[in-house]
Amino acid sequence: MKEKSSIFSRFGDKQHRGRLMSFVLVIIAYIAVEVLVKTGNLGSMFSSLLVPITCYVVAAIGLNLNVGISGELNLGQAGFMSVGAFCGICVSGILAGSVTAGIPRLIIAIICGAVLAAVFGFLIGIPVLKLQGDYLAIVTLAFGQIIKSIFMNAYIGIDTDGLHFSFVESTFKLQPGGKMLLNGPMGATGTQKIANFTIGTILVIVALFVVYNLMFSRSGRAIMAARDNRIAAESVGIPISRTKMLAFVTSAALAGAAGALYGLNYSTLVPNKFDFNTSILILVYVVLGGLGNMTGTIISTVVLILLPELLRSLQDYRMLIYAVVLIVIMLVTNNEWLMTKWKSLFAGKAKGGA
Amino acid sequence: MADNTDKSVKAPVLDVQELGIDFGGLTAVNDLNMQVYDGEIVGLIGPNGAGKTTVFNLLTKVYKPTRGKIYFDGKDTAGKSVVDINKAGIARTFQNIRLFGNLTVLDNVKTGFHNVIPYSPITAILRLPKYFSSEKEINEKAMDLLKIMELDKYADYKASNLPYGAQRRLEIARALATNPKLLLLDEPAAGMNPQETAELMDMIRFVRDHFKIAVLLIEHDMKLVMGICERITVLNYGMMLAQGTPEEIQSNPEVIKAYLGD
Amino acid sequence: MQFLSYLINGLGLGSVYAIIALGYTMVYGIAKMLNFAHGDIIMVGAYIAFFALTKYALPFPLAVLTAVVVCTVLGVLIERLAYKPLRQAPSLAVLITAIGVSYFLQNGAQILWSSSSKVFPSAISTGSISLGSASVSYLTLITIATCIAVMICLTLFINRTKTGSAMRACSEDKGASMLMGINVNMIISITFAIGSGLAAIASVLLASTYPSVYPTMGSMPGIKAFTAAVFGGIGSIPGAFIGGLLLGIIEIFAKAYISTQLSDAIVFGVLIVILLIKPTGLLGKKINVKV
Repeated sequence: MKEKSSIFSRFGDKQHRGRLMSFVLVIIAYIAVEVLVKTGNLGSMFSSLLVPITCYVVAAIGLNLNVGISGELNLGQAGFMSVGAFCGICVSGILAGSVTAGIPRLIIAIICGAVLAAVFGFLIGIPVLKLQGDYLAIVTLAFGQIIKSIFMNAYIGIDTDGLHFSFVESTFKLQPGGKMLLNGPMGATGTQKIANFTIGTILVIVALFVVYNLMFSRSGRAIMAARDNRIAAESVGIPISRTKMLAFVTSAALAGAAGALYGLNYSTLVPNKFDFNTSILILVYVVLGGLGNMTGTIISTVVLILLPELLRSLQDYRMLIYAVVLIVIMLVTNNEWLMTKWKSLFAGKAKGGA
Repeated sequence: MADNTDKSVKAPVLDVQELGIDFGGLTAVNDLNMQVYDGEIVGLIGPNGAGKTTVFNLLTKVYKPTRGKIYFDGKDTAGKSVVDINKAGIARTFQNIRLFGNLTVLDNVKTGFHNVIPYSPITAILRLPKYFSSEKEINEKAMDLLKIMELDKYADYKASNLPYGAQRRLEIARALATNPKLLLLDEPAAGMNPQETAELMDMIRFVRDHFKIAVLLIEHDMKLVMGICERITVLNYGMMLAQGTPEEIQSNPEVIKAYLGD
Repeated sequence: MQFLSYLINGLGLGSVYAIIALGYTMVYGIAKMLNFAHGDIIMVGAYIAFFALTKYALPFPLAVLTAVVVCTVLGVLIERLAYKPLRQAPSLAVLITAIGVSYFLQNGAQILWSSSSKVFPSAISTGSISLGSASVSYLTLITIATCIAVMICLTLFINRTKTGSAMRACSEDKGASMLMGINVNMIISITFAIGSGLAAIASVLLASTYPSVYPTMGSMPGIKAFTAAVFGGIGSIPGAFIGGLLLGIIEIFAKAYISTQLSDAIVFGVLIVILLIKPTGLLGKKINVKV
């Protein structure tokens, strides 16, 4: 953490202040939550959401690198989360005997989840990044569906004989004392819950570190250049596909890490959890938070996850209101006439507004 | 084999031989022979639709030639990509300005150093010492280029917010950052007023002398072309119409006919 | 001949996809947006038809007509309220709005009609005819026939009518169309109307084939139809037709010969392969960037 302050002192301009704000925001939020938890002021509903929030924040930060900075619409981020989650669960299950302490096992699981998701990202990126625009988006959607299908049909078990795999149908019998790590459509059951909010917060900080350090570097400039003008970027010697791949793989790795943390926060996890809707949800966090704006992404993720909970008293109407809020925000922030109306509504009272 | 065997002692940095490209049935460029020598400023002119920008796109491999050869620095460029060509030492600007609109002016130039001062993404993410030394060097060199193009006061502006003339100069600065041996300028003075054009002429001369590079430029502003080009190639209907010094070109009846019509 | 019966069933399913995909592709071609709420229009259509048939005991054709009218109005209304203000907005903003509309419709349906699924009455004759050794239900034949009829009508409409040529003009260049005196907003509304009307027809066919009606029933067919539209080259009407049929056939064959559980993975896998070979789909236009 000492290194961090030295980095900040080097730069003073606007972009870098935005970066500083992200870190400050995360740390303040963490302290505030910890104080609330320690003083017993945080309801069980909210405490149970703490780890998932950090997971979605990390996945959204990753997606923002892909969608905001690299400019490629990705409709399959949940697929990478799912790779990370089931990889993390398996790794944790395998290591349960040898690494008994929860935290180191969690960290190893997160790293493995990130690496496997990155490998998936790379393999998927080879075909995907040849395409452009909406075609690229649909292929990421397709890959998300394929990944979901794969996990719906994957059976992995561990016993004294070692690991057992099968696909489509469970064809192996485990020795007594053996454990099914993945059970097809039922997913993972009986997972040891080793995730916690502190590790989640650290993961958010790591994600911010990775993304910001990448953004403000040679690679980040190349990624943004390829987004703004492909032909000009090539003309100054930037290899487009390799550059886009870097953003795509980093994004996938962050989603994988987030997934691993998510998976180890629940005793059961079904592959259906990471479907198209989850990908869309993460995309909504990113777009609402602002493309390329990491601080915004963090805030919008937290708000949008908490919103349905805050609206819980409205019961059935809460998701309807959520939908209306989403549409209204999009209209107000993107339509000039509505934007001016909105601002005049709040003129004098608050600065900035939407 | 029609060969321009008028090769001087020095080998040309760019040697185009019988270059041609067809789009479907349409021949856009045909049988073009052209040389550019080190330190030269060469003009490529011709009426609208003569195929000038197509030649640039062929030289930079945006289009693959149907016929002919392009030698750069003595090496055949066949099979190279746009990126390879830039790495080999050809940089260009675009007729319809192509900046990285959401990046700052300074960052636009910094992108040009992509292959000149490279370091890995890992170095960037971990902020290794090499990151700081490389970024410092990139920053200094980029600021130098901005000063040369008189853009330093705009360094923190978003590139898309620059005035038109400044955007054209920024494209040149970005191209120069890639450390080229040959600079291709596609209508650098388009949209500039006479005073800006005069300044631009000085800049192009300065850049050529300072970086010791060759410049090949497309331009409609005859004052600029005749003022700074040492040699001129005239294209018409994708074919070379004439080649020579500004004086020779100005008095060439074929050229006058092409420009003024029959 | 198992093969033949699979093929015909595939064509039946593919016809439903094709009808939905036509709506997707038309909206994309003209409004240049991915209308993710399209699948939910299908759901609304299915509910309307369901209530028309059960609660109000309307005859089948009238029930279909009611669904078509309601969906058409709904589609135009959505376009006017949610999408029209975003004509100049970045495409991602429109996409998110469409997602918001999709949530709105799904949750609205849940509040109005509860989340438990309803059994769609079998209004189309359940009988079947035998073709050689394969037996094919009337429903499948009606579905295929409907799809072909829709395709013919749409092609005639696009190519022969004034509105149709205005639509083609808008899909080429909205700005130029406006300068030529075409009411672009009107054309976009008409496109949404047609797309939503088609979705209603598809909804009845879908609900008759898989007779359960629930708030999220439109999502998967929506995604599949979207895939079909991309398959054929999004923006292309014959492309959506061919893409839909192919997708249906591939899905049924994958289920029959490979694995039911993996059929979705296979469908999407084929899509990826097609896009790698033809990056703009089977009949999509090549995009040329002028340098």
